[in-house]
Amino acid sequence: MLNHLLQGLRRPLTEKPPPADPELAALAATLDAAAQRRLGRSLSIRAVDAGSCNGCELEIHALNNAFHDLDRFGLRFVASPRHADVLLVTGPVTKNMREALERTWRATPDPKWVVAVGDCGADGGVFAGSYAVVGGVSAVVPVDLVIRGCPPTPVQLLQGLLSLLGG
Amino acid sequence: MSALAALVEAGALAAAHQPFPCVAVDVATWEQAIDGLVAGETTLLSVWGDIGRVRMALLGPDSPAIAVLSLECPDGRYPSIARLHPPAIRLERALRDLFGLEPAGLPDARPWLDHGRWDDGAQSPAASYPFLPVEGEALHQIPVGPVHAGIIEPGHFRFTCDGETVVRLEQRLGYTHKGVDRLLAGAPLAQAVRLAARVSGDSTVAYSWGFARAVEAALGIAPPPRAVWLRAVMAELERLANHLGDVGGVCNDAAFALMLAHCAVLRERVLRTSATCFGHRLMMDRIVPGGVTVDLDGAGLTALATMTAEIRRRFPPLVKLYDDLASLQDRTVTTGRVSAALVAQFGAGGYVGRASGRDFDARRVPGYAPYDALSFEVPVLQEGDVNARIWIRIREIDQSLSVLDQLLRGLPTGPVRVPVEDIRTGPTEALSLTEAFRGDLLVWVQLDAGRVARCHLRDASWFQWPLLEAAIEGNIVADFPICNKSFNCSYSGHDL
Repeated sequence: MLNHLLQGLRRPLTEKPPPADPELAALAATLDAAAQRRLGRSLSIRAVDAGSCNGCELEIHALNNAFHDLDRFGLRFVASPRHADVLLVTGPVTKNMREALERTWRATPDPKWVVAVGDCGADGGVFAGSYAVVGGVSAVVPVDLVIRGCPPTPVQLLQGLLSLLGG
Repeated sequence: MSALAALVEAGALAAAHQPFPCVAVDVATWEQAIDGLVAGETTLLSVWGDIGRVRMALLGPDSPAIAVLSLECPDGRYPSIARLHPPAIRLERALRDLFGLEPAGLPDARPWLDHGRWDDGAQSPAASYPFLPVEGEALHQIPVGPVHAGIIEPGHFRFTCDGETVVRLEQRLGYTHKGVDRLLAGAPLAQAVRLAARVSGDSTVAYSWGFARAVEAALGIAPPPRAVWLRAVMAELERLANHLGDVGGVCNDAAFALMLAHCAVLRERVLRTSATCFGHRLMMDRIVPGGVTVDLDGAGLTALATMTAEIRRRFPPLVKLYDDLASLQDRTVTTGRVSAALVAQFGAGGYVGRASGRDFDARRVPGYAPYDALSFEVPVLQEGDVNARIWIRIREIDQSLSVLDQLLRGLPTGPVRVPVEDIRTGPTEALSLTEAFRGDLLVWVQLDAGRVARCHLRDASWFQWPLLEAAIEGNIVADFPICNKSFNCSYSGHDL
């Protein structure tokens, strides 16, 4: 244990963004400025799975790993919609989740943004037309931004959040 | 003769079912099969149906390894399996919700996947679901979900507690039900492949592989050897990524975030390697009937070698850290125990089963290519606690690295895809069992003229979720997240 902690002191556990991702470095600079202008340095995100296959959640999780380290952009995930500025909604919105999504949206204080994530969140994706799905987040709550992809990569997710702030 | 062979003998063999026998049985043989399940002679693999017909798939101890029993029930009623064999309860409740088949004697008459929301006209209020009654002094209930605090899938957990101790957990699932069965019915093959790949995103490779193998078996197509080996490369990458994420995630739920940070880095390496090799971080839509859509090139091989070397260098110190840390072990050892008897009764697969003494891995039995040509161990432990489920994953990470080495050493040359043409006339059926990272995945397809007539996908979670209810009993509420993560059941894979 001691070794691991000492190692952490000598060499930061959080690695620099790998050189293969120049997009990230560019994002960091712009996102920081935009976030500061609108919301100081804080943007709280509440993730809501409205019936996704879990693919989008895996990539949203990856935003928190040492490579992407969402926190350094002033973006962070919160546990309650009451603490959130942004609802990050995945899935085609199943009819069984519709009410839960509506209630989560109502519990989020204004001003708030809704980001629909993934091809399912955009329009229902491969599940569109099913008796069990509403088919897209915008059919249930007003959507400010759509980040497409199946699933979108962490870089695409970051780009999306940035365009929300810059818009 | 084994119990399963006797059942097959008693029915009328349906010719067009590959590669395992499917027999039409009468009610007496159906009941006999239920007795065999209760006696533990066979293990239930799944229950599914159609309008007017119900089927069960059984796993036997020898030959045949698997058989499907089909019972005609023109009046929509059939003798409930769950009446005597509880592992079938949720499957039969779902079957009734989706196909209107009435299991006579089903002990739990409540709907399961149907929340009363599918008909846009009539909406039943959320509170109308009757949870099991609890009685006793000083008991209190904690409702959790469907929207959870973390970045996870939706489901509802109803805890009944006596002080800090959980006396009962009741799950309510179905929130992510997307109507996959209906969407698959009548879908052209190309569309069905995409749907199967999106049943559970963390197991997209396993689902695509299972679906492809079932379709290939039904049509009598042999994918090229190189494609088969590349599929296994993808499957082991998927296993590695998920197990690494889980080891970190379980420790994080014990408030040991350092492990998550390190494991998440390794997981990200696997995802990036997957993208380099196959063009998609989760390798979605890479496996299709007839082969794979992308070949592995030199850059991919180099990336794989770098990745396996890095995991071999960086993972063992993390394992040592886990093993040496008394405060962490205090949270995982003896927490969330599942008995060997329960695991055997439910036929729970994956790390849930193997951590409680059930020595089963679909890669070995019934087995499929290329694993028959590879050497690997299937770790089994007896303790059945959170710690054992972590250790199964740790040892499977080792095994996956070794399997990857073998795959890359022996990778055949040649094409990676053959055309798939439905040359058969009339419906043809097939079943495949595939070892996803989470456990055995059953895929059953019925094809007719280039389309999927019916398809049934049974995630390993169906037989693991109920055991989580048992695992948490007598534990404290604060240990639920760590128990839940050690199971890591799929919501979407279960809800379909």
